[in-house]
Amino acid sequence: MKIMMTVRGDCIAPRFDLSSEVMIATCYDNTLLEEPQSLLISRVSAEALCELALKENVSIVICGGIEEQHYQFLSWKKIRVIDSVIGPHEAVLRLAMENKLEEGTILPPPSPLEQGMEMAS
Amino acid sequence: MVASLLAANKALVTELINGIPHGVALLDRNLCIVAMNRYLEAMTGYQSEQARGIYAKFILRSNLGGKKQLAKKVLEGGEPAGLEGDIINRQRKKIPVQCTLTRLHDAEGNPCGLIIVMEDISLLKKAEKSRPGSSGSLQVHGHSPQMKKVFELMAVLAKTDASVLITGETGTGKDMIAEALHNASKRARQPFIKVNCGALPEALLESELFGHVKGAFTGAVSDKRGMFQLADKGTIFLTEIGDLSLPLQVKLLSVLDDQTFFPVGGSRKVQVDVRVIAATHRALRQEVERGNFREDLFYRLNVLRLHLPPLREREGDVRLLSDHFLRHFSVRLDRRIEGFSPEALTVLSRYRYPGNVRELRNIVEYAVNICQGHKVELDHLPEYMDERALMEPQPAPAIGAAPAPEHAGQNVTVVNESGNWADAEKEMIIDTLRTTGGNRSRAAAQLGWGRTTLWRKIKKYQLA
Repeated sequence: MKIMMTVRGDCIAPRFDLSSEVMIATCYDNTLLEEPQSLLISRVSAEALCELALKENVSIVICGGIEEQHYQFLSWKKIRVIDSVIGPHEAVLRLAMENKLEEGTILPPPSPLEQGMEMAS
Repeated sequence: MVASLLAANKALVTELINGIPHGVALLDRNLCIVAMNRYLEAMTGYQSEQARGIYAKFILRSNLGGKKQLAKKVLEGGEPAGLEGDIINRQRKKIPVQCTLTRLHDAEGNPCGLIIVMEDISLLKKAEKSRPGSSGSLQVHGHSPQMKKVFELMAVLAKTDASVLITGETGTGKDMIAEALHNASKRARQPFIKVNCGALPEALLESELFGHVKGAFTGAVSDKRGMFQLADKGTIFLTEIGDLSLPLQVKLLSVLDDQTFFPVGGSRKVQVDVRVIAATHRALRQEVERGNFREDLFYRLNVLRLHLPPLREREGDVRLLSDHFLRHFSVRLDRRIEGFSPEALTVLSRYRYPGNVRELRNIVEYAVNICQGHKVELDHLPEYMDERALMEPQPAPAIGAAPAPEHAGQNVTVVNESGNWADAEKEMIIDTLRTTGGNRSRAAAQLGWGRTTLWRKIKKYQLA
C-alpha cells in the first residue's frame, strides 16, 4: 500500500494546493517496506499533485486543506483522501499504517521551541 | 501575554471579538491560536477550543503565509499588513478573504501577539465577475483616514442619481473614482462614456458631445450620434470640465437642467437620460471669478462634490499602494520581487509625489523593470528621487494650482507665483527654450512633448 503525504517541514502541509513537497511511503502489514521517499514538486499546483498521486499509484493521500473538486477527483480515481490532518508527518504516518487515521485528526504539534520561528507564517 | 489576558477576561474578550462582523483570531507570540470569534469558527470549520494552541497557519489555511512568513514579519516589524487571499476550510471550500494583520502590545508596549481579521469577500468577488464589462481589476486602494472619508462619501454618491463634481490634483485617480461610482450605481449595466473636454477643439467637441446631422458642416456626410446619446440611460464622465468653452458650458447647463439638446445643425430636440459626472484639476470657483467658467454651471455641478486628497496627504497609503503596484507589476512582468529594501521604502515614503498615484505607479513599474534581484533597492528607483526631491518645502497646491509636469523624470522648476497654470507653462517653455538656445527639437524633448505640441503651445502663448 502506498501512502502519499503533502508535507511542509516536519508537519503535514496546511494546504494541498500549495504543497511543494510530498512524502511517499510504501508499507505492508503495518510495516514500512523502505524509508519514505521525499519528492520536491517543481510546479506547485493541486493538479500536479493529483497527477503525481495517479502516476505513483498511491492508495491513500494525507493532506491538510483540500478543495472539494480535487478531493472528488481523487476519490473518483479510487484514492482515499484523509484531509484536514494536522500534526507531525511521522506520527501521522504511523496512525495511517495502523488504519487509525481519520479526517480532521489533530495531533499535538511540536512545541514552538522545537519548531522554531521559521514555522510561523 | 495574550493568553493570560484572555484567561483573566475571557468573557469580555470573547464578547468583544464576537462583536466584530468579520473573522477574528488572536495569536500569541509563537503565532499559535489563542482565541477565534464565531465568524472565524464558521469560516474555517474549527471550534475555538479545538484550535487553541495550534499554529494559526494549520487552522486558517490561507495562501498568505508560506515562505513569505507574513505573520512573522508583522510580529517583528510592527507594520500592519493587509492582503487579499483565500482560505480553504474544513468543508473543502475555498473562500476569498481580505486579511489584516496587526501586532498587539502589552501594557509596557512590548509585542505580545497578533490580531488577524479576515473578511469574507466572496460576494464581492462574485459581483465583480458577474458585472458586464468589468475587468475585475478596477479597485481604488487606500486605508488612510482621508481615503476612508472618500469611500464613505462614494457609497452615498453611488446611491443618488445627481451630478457629481470630482476635484483633485493630477494623478489622484479621478477617472477611477468616476468609473467606480458608475459601477456602484443603479446605472452600472448601462454605458459609461468618458469625454476629455480639454483634448478637442471647441467645434469638434460640440459635435462629439451632442452629435450632428448630415450637412451640418463640411464633411458631415451623415448623421452622427453624440456622446450624450451614446451614454443614454448610463453615465457620461466629463473630465477636465474646467477646459470647456463658455458656449459649450451653456449647452451643457441646458442638458443638465432638462436633459434635452439639439445636435449640431439639427432642428429636432433629443431627449436623454444621462447622469453627469465631471472632474477637473482646476479651482472652478477661481475660474468663475476670472470669468472663465459660468457661475450657474458651477453651482449646478457643485451639488455633490468629491475631493480626492493628494498622495502626500494620505497617511500610510504610499506603502499600501507601493506594495499593490509591486505585486501587480511583478505578476505582469513575471518577476519574483518580494518587496522593498528599508532604504527604498524610506525614499518612497518621504517623496512628495507631485504626480500623485500615477507617478507612484510609474516609479514602481520602473523599479520592477530595473530590479534584477528579489528586493527593490535604492538604486532601482528613478534617479530624480534623490535628496533634492525629498521634502522640499513646496506650497500644498490648491485645486487649480499648476499640475505637476507629466515628464516627472526631470527636475524642471516651475515658477508659478500667480497660481495660473497657463502662466506657469508659458514660463516653463521660455526657460526650456533659453536653456536649449532656442532649439525647439531639444526643448520639446526636454519637456517631454512632441515638436508639434511645443509649436502649438508657442503659438498659443504667442511666443513666436
